[in-house]
Amino acid sequence: MGPIELPLTRRGTKPETERSFTPDPEQAPVEDLREAIWELGREGEWIVQPVPEPYYEARTKYGRMKKIPLQKTWHHKSCGQCGHIPGYSTSIFWLNRLLHYDYFDPRDQTSCTAWNYYASATSNQAAQAAVAMRNFSSAYQTGYYPLIHCGTSFGHYKEVRHELVHDHALRRQVRDILAKLGRPFVMPEELVHYSEWMYAVRDELTARRVYDVSGLTATVHPACHYYKLQSGDAIYDPEIYGGQRTAAVTAVVQALGANVADYSTWYDCCGFGFRHILVQRDFTRSFATLRKIEVMKDEANPDVVLTHDTGCVTSLDKSQFAAQAHNRNVGVPVMSESQFAAIALGAHPYRVAQLHWHSTDYKPFLSKMGIDVESAWAEFQEDLKKLESGAMEYLTWEAVL
Amino acid sequence: MPSQLYQEVPLAEKERLFQLVKSDARFDSYLYGCYECGICVAACPSARFYDFSPRKITQTLAREDVELFYEQLNDDVWNCSQCFSCLRCPRQNSPGGLITIMREVAVNNGLKTTQEALAGYTRIIYKIMTTGTQVSPDMLQEDAFPDWGPQVKEVAANLELWRRALPPETLHTTGLSWDVEERTMHELYMIWKLTGVMDMITALDEGLHDIMEEIMEDALEDSGLTID
Repeated sequence: MGPIELPLTRRGTKPETERSFTPDPEQAPVEDLREAIWELGREGEWIVQPVPEPYYEARTKYGRMKKIPLQKTWHHKSCGQCGHIPGYSTSIFWLNRLLHYDYFDPRDQTSCTAWNYYASATSNQAAQAAVAMRNFSSAYQTGYYPLIHCGTSFGHYKEVRHELVHDHALRRQVRDILAKLGRPFVMPEELVHYSEWMYAVRDELTARRVYDVSGLTATVHPACHYYKLQSGDAIYDPEIYGGQRTAAVTAVVQALGANVADYSTWYDCCGFGFRHILVQRDFTRSFATLRKIEVMKDEANPDVVLTHDTGCVTSLDKSQFAAQAHNRNVGVPVMSESQFAAIALGAHPYRVAQLHWHSTDYKPFLSKMGIDVESAWAEFQEDLKKLESGAMEYLTWEAVL
Repeated sequence: MPSQLYQEVPLAEKERLFQLVKSDARFDSYLYGCYECGICVAACPSARFYDFSPRKITQTLAREDVELFYEQLNDDVWNCSQCFSCLRCPRQNSPGGLITIMREVAVNNGLKTTQEALAGYTRIIYKIMTTGTQVSPDMLQEDAFPDWGPQVKEVAANLELWRRALPPETLHTTGLSWDVEERTMHELYMIWKLTGVMDMITALDEGLHDIMEEIMEDALEDSGLTID
């Protein structure tokens, strides 16, 4: 007797419980640092960079409201996104341009260096804090406000901020280093991740949707460093899992009209491991496929896996190739919600979303959205010919918007 | 049961390393005790695939068992994924954070097991510390990532062309993830030097230190930035 195909019952984002959760900032187990940040500013310990107006106010895990800047954003880029998933950052920029939002893409920016720190520990508290404050200082001097692309940068900077608020010796040490660099010592009022900006503009994005995505099902992997590190500072929404899980990514995908399906290992990490993804990938491959992709496939059979961090896209996308050789139940495209949203809003899948940098087969997903994949690839090949012949030096924004 | 491993290492040395971990400014806010509930283990990805337990690490540090601490410092800490799923701890511990501190102490003190754990990783340290970005596009090579399939080969073969086909002006790079200004890199070199990170690299790999030191010294000489 052969295997029996069992019917799949997809679970959505409504909690399967009668219990409700009303967040109360007074009961939060983690402190709200904002008043301390302003107080240190008043005492002359640092300059506080306010969130530029107009801003969106979003609810966080324990009920406090967080200011999300809409414009005048200084884009703190991610090494991994820019390095090997460049459609990730390109899509964020493209969405800003589509909305006619003023933003700044800096060259005076280093990586947060936290990937290396969590991989090898070849750094320390003071160095990590100095790297963060050097970047914040650079943003302040341009008049734009930091918007952090990487989940690990966001989480690590929140840790650094916590340490700088509480440890005056560390604060003085880092302030002296910044002085040696000839830079002002600046702490932003809020630390903001790009997926929070996506959440803030989700209605504007939905109003500009080009493709009907209602036939698509996505599973969402919430990035550990986004909501587990300094957990009180992540966005939660009563409409998403009753406010019990972060609303980042899920709220945006639902607003765009796609179905988000639940799966049992949503809390598990992606298997990135920081060191493991580079030099011990047997662990990453096993975890990403056995604990994440296969579970998603078994329980929700999604058309696409969406997440909001560099490492998660990398682990979940790249790990599937080797698992296919073992006939595992894998084979689903993985991308950021910024790429998904950009494509849904009419961005070119190769010129903007740059899906040819991804390993998994994304073509059935694009076709299901109504995109002519062959024509899109042919258009991109024409661009490459022009670049090769010298007829065009670079693909420009004017050519893609 | 006390650890029977590393008996050749004097207890005083194990105690010294333990005190370095304990004296880290973050230690007291990462360890409050342990209920032994195992929630951290249930959430831990590394516990599923390795003989590894964040609960054991936390308990060992709480009990100040220096023998077992030394064994974990050598044999366990590099298995951690640093995902911080263990922050689910109802006692508000951060086993992942404790491991970060232990790793720093292991690097700073040039432990042989640490040098072995990071042997294949030093090219990444070189990249991030000298350029300010971590995994650059030109590191996507088939021999480095054979398990990622033929797509990596395709990226490597078309790299320069594909990078020019990116609309953001800052991304037309192959050796860096984005175009980082020279002055920005120099400031990063200053940070490494002023915070003792270069000394950590000496403890880990003297050859790597010497190569990076030469690059940084040459660059800083004309930059107008001075350590003193």
